[in-house]
Amino acid sequence: MPIPYTKPAPPNDDKRWKIVATRMRRLGDRPEALIEALHAAQEAFGFLDDDALEFVGDTLGVPHSRVFGVATFYSFFTLKPQGDHTCVVCTGTACYITGAGDIIEAFGERLGVKPKGTTEDGKLSLLTARCIGACSLAPAVIVDGEMKGKAVTDELMAELEAM
Amino acid sequence: MSENTAAARPKRHRTITIDENAGPTRASAHVCEAASCMSGNASDVTVRLRELTEGHSDVLIKRVGCLGLCAAGPLVEIAETGEMIENVSPDDVQPVLDALAAVKPGAERQTQAPFFEKQVRVATENFGKVDPESLDDYVAAGGFQALRRVLSEMTSAEVRDEITESGLRGRGGAGYPTGLKWTTVAKANGDKKYVICNADEGDPGAFMDRSVLESDPFRVLEGMAIAAFAVHASEGYVYCRAEYPLAVKRLQTAIRLAQRAGYLGDGIMDTSLAFTVQIRLGAGAFVCGEETALIASVEGRRGTPRPRPPYPAVAGLWGSPTLINNVESLASVPTILRDGPEGYAAIGVGKSKGTKVFALAGRVVNTGMVEVPMGMTLREIVYDIGGGIPHDRPFKAVQTGGPSGGCIPAEHLDTPVSYESLIELGSFMGSGGMIVMDDTSCMVDVAKYFQDFCRDESCGKCTPCRVGTTQMYMLLDLITKGEATEDDLAQLERLAGIVQKMSLCGLGQGAPNPIFSTLRYFRDEYMAHIVDKTCPAGVCPISKPAEVVA
Repeated sequence: MPIPYTKPAPPNDDKRWKIVATRMRRLGDRPEALIEALHAAQEAFGFLDDDALEFVGDTLGVPHSRVFGVATFYSFFTLKPQGDHTCVVCTGTACYITGAGDIIEAFGERLGVKPKGTTEDGKLSLLTARCIGACSLAPAVIVDGEMKGKAVTDELMAELEAM
Repeated sequence: MSENTAAARPKRHRTITIDENAGPTRASAHVCEAASCMSGNASDVTVRLRELTEGHSDVLIKRVGCLGLCAAGPLVEIAETGEMIENVSPDDVQPVLDALAAVKPGAERQTQAPFFEKQVRVATENFGKVDPESLDDYVAAGGFQALRRVLSEMTSAEVRDEITESGLRGRGGAGYPTGLKWTTVAKANGDKKYVICNADEGDPGAFMDRSVLESDPFRVLEGMAIAAFAVHASEGYVYCRAEYPLAVKRLQTAIRLAQRAGYLGDGIMDTSLAFTVQIRLGAGAFVCGEETALIASVEGRRGTPRPRPPYPAVAGLWGSPTLINNVESLASVPTILRDGPEGYAAIGVGKSKGTKVFALAGRVVNTGMVEVPMGMTLREIVYDIGGGIPHDRPFKAVQTGGPSGGCIPAEHLDTPVSYESLIELGSFMGSGGMIVMDDTSCMVDVAKYFQDFCRDESCGKCTPCRVGTTQMYMLLDLITKGEATEDDLAQLERLAGIVQKMSLCGLGQGAPNPIFSTLRYFRDEYMAHIVDKTCPAGVCPISKPAEVVA
């Protein structure tokens, strides 16, 4: 006998759940909306916690194991909270041969942070991207959503340290 | 088809108005607002220019798509003369104002730098000319004429025949004949069929699809609608990378405007064609460029490929016949059907017809996006269009085809570029990234870089790829550290052959290619690392020759 389906309530009364729920409803609350829903949740909260994964899975009728599988398969999704600021360093081919490695090294030396890590004071998270398609401006970085081309390590570090 | 769209469809189409200023335009400045110029605050340049030229009805300031020469952005082009003003800053737009003032009525376009003159534009014909967020502008530039011709004059079989005649091949890399793919989907049994536009441009070093979506999104939608008519599909998806926020935003705008104007949706252009388009965001998985993995991702699952056959053309999205074409392939379709297939087939060499868009990057002066006829030599692309290597350093290799491609050395620079010639050279057309390398790049290190990429991006479904790429990476790592022996090199070659033959999808099958091609042309560099324990380019963390002696 099929179990009657009831839409789950959001984990708490944070208004941002509404955005996530709406995105799912627009796609018919069907399992194929999973990736879109995770995008919505990450946009709203900055990362995906267990509450978000469970809420999305229960709404779309997707087993929790599969939600977790999808969320960990795609490198765009993060299960850890991010720092106040984020810096994404592109490690595409063009950026690699023009010095993305040096930038990442400088992060380690000057700020003590490795890729996918956050500084101890929680201010800055360092991420890497496979290619952000700004190859003509290599090496490229994205600081808080804003792309900066032809990044010079010293200038970038000074700017980030001032944040 | 010259009649005004507005006259034919008074209710749903708005009148074509491009310029609110009524007077004839004497001079117009086209400001490039594609992602790389935007990172130099190009949108502020537009705003500033508009402020400063307010009240001058003879001057038009327009936002346009990519002007191509990203290295010198933000770029502004004076449309009448073709003059290109480079590195414009919002704080100093005086050079643009001066250039605008200097334009005489009836001025003719001057010959431009070789970077522009040597290009042949098909998929990118509207780049730098139309506003990517204005449907009217696209229509005024000849947009949707191809769709109109298809819907009013042709049967779906005729459309497929014309695409076949044009010789268009998949621009995503493999070069499968587009006409044949369309015919297979059209003939497949199924009540419901889908068209998917593959905009998951995962190759590091490639940004053609991003540029097309940012600069001319309507063209991609027109191509999809034509494809839908030709294969009897009713629903479309654009699978786009989440890393391209501007492309996604422009595409969303384009879909909304096209739907409102009746170019998408039910009863397209008053015919029985119904076709809707939705966007699906990728989430940073390179393997999702593979078509079966892409379908899994659109269905909301992990992007793992499955064995083929059945091919997606027969059983794809939710088991229905599905046409998957690359952005650039679809962007070429409207031009082919508007001007007829003969013109397109006349460009190119041998079995590679038409043009190809390349993203030129790395150690080259004019980095940016170029569209060239098939058959142009690599030397022309790197030196004439690309302007050569900065600081006159020696050219070492050009890398094409991303992680599945290879490095082509200087002695083959005079090879005409085509699908076949690149495979002969041990490389691959790929989606069109071209990374130029000079003597500061170590080829073993480059091979290691790509192996690191494949190791990380392997989805883990099949063992040869999951385990093989990691083992190959470890062997390359040993070589770059100067700890490898010649046996390790033999082992690497053997392993590369196994991974190539045994992997399930293109990611694993192509993963050994960078190793094969660097070994083919730069074996001496490998030997220098292994025997002499030196890195000729000075890149690898290896002891210097003097220290080895000591």
